[in-house]
Amino acid sequence: MSKRFLAPVFAMVGGLVLAFSANADPVDEELVIDDIPMVTRAAAPEGHPFDEVLSGWLFREAETRETEADSFANPGMLAVERGADIWNTVEGSAGKSCASCHDDAATSMKSVGAQYPKWDADAKRPINIELQIDKCRVENMGAEPYKFDAEGQVALTSYIKHQSLGTPVKMDLSDGELQDWWEKGKELYYTRTGQLNFACASCHEDSMGKYIRADHLSQGQANGFPTYRFNTGGMVSLHNRFRGCIRDTRAEMPKAFSDELMALEVYVTWRGTGLSVETPAVRQ
Amino acid sequence: MAAAPKPRVKVPKTAKAGEVVLLKTLISHEMESGQRKDKDGNIIPRKIINKFSCEFNGEQVFSCDIDPAISANPYFEFSAKVNESGAFKFSWVDDDGSVYTDEQKIEVK
Repeated sequence: MSKRFLAPVFAMVGGLVLAFSANADPVDEELVIDDIPMVTRAAAPEGHPFDEVLSGWLFREAETRETEADSFANPGMLAVERGADIWNTVEGSAGKSCASCHDDAATSMKSVGAQYPKWDADAKRPINIELQIDKCRVENMGAEPYKFDAEGQVALTSYIKHQSLGTPVKMDLSDGELQDWWEKGKELYYTRTGQLNFACASCHEDSMGKYIRADHLSQGQANGFPTYRFNTGGMVSLHNRFRGCIRDTRAEMPKAFSDELMALEVYVTWRGTGLSVETPAVRQ
Repeated sequence: MAAAPKPRVKVPKTAKAGEVVLLKTLISHEMESGQRKDKDGNIIPRKIINKFSCEFNGEQVFSCDIDPAISANPYFEFSAKVNESGAFKFSWVDDDGSVYTDEQKIEVK
């Protein structure tokens, strides 16, 4: 083969490599949902390994990004609507619904989800939306707590977090002993586990943007959870995702809402400080 | 999605005579393909929406048959020309014979 033929081949290969690396980079686009602009890039808080925190939305394919941007096409909104029904449904021995005390969630729950996890002084551990719902059900409604990932738990959590759509994530680490749990979560984030010997940071920090398992690795932010996934055709809660990631490293999975995963939720949520709540986000 | 299928539709409230409007529909449905097996190796029976159609004032605007390859929560988007005020009627037919319907009015100004 002469040089004349080789030159275009090399040019083509070069072009392909460029195209692939370009795909892996987060896109430079604005996300607006129901006329609310979302913060998908924010200056990282002090002590953060990155300069800028990025929403996972920026790493997704164009079709996936479009589906999230249109709240009608977003199948996650079905869960939000289901959550609205549950909000108004009376359950338990006290004859109350969520609405009996909290009235209209659009007012009472506005921007509330963006501040969780918080410190639960009674239980002396962090509390997230799911556990807060259970606490209300047991203490105020006389109802059973939800089983992990029960349809109602995911729907109601999605509905409550959706009331913070657009609100930047901001936790108060000075609340109770949250700072200690943050430290614990940070330690877990950087601890390698499993047969594959991966820490959270191996993928979401060291390899952010790279292509793995037919997907681009994002920073692993929590701001869009519960999230609709095309993969399963359903909603995925944060602790479900944590367990899924840990399973993929072939490690033993901690239980949902265990001390380990609550510490991880505190730390991972903090890593997304400043990003808008996108619940229900759409991912592949 | 274990809950009963719930349709959602989006139709503009008003239009000009002769305008082509965009209609969007989504229904929550598991769309069980009939090709999966449960933990014990038994086939999970097929249960899908097998037909979707849309009428405007009794006249068919859009219709399609749906097969098992369509994913959960099927979404359809199509256009229709409206010459007069009236109502769009949407219906989804389930394998078990259930028909889920929704209706939205549109006013021609």
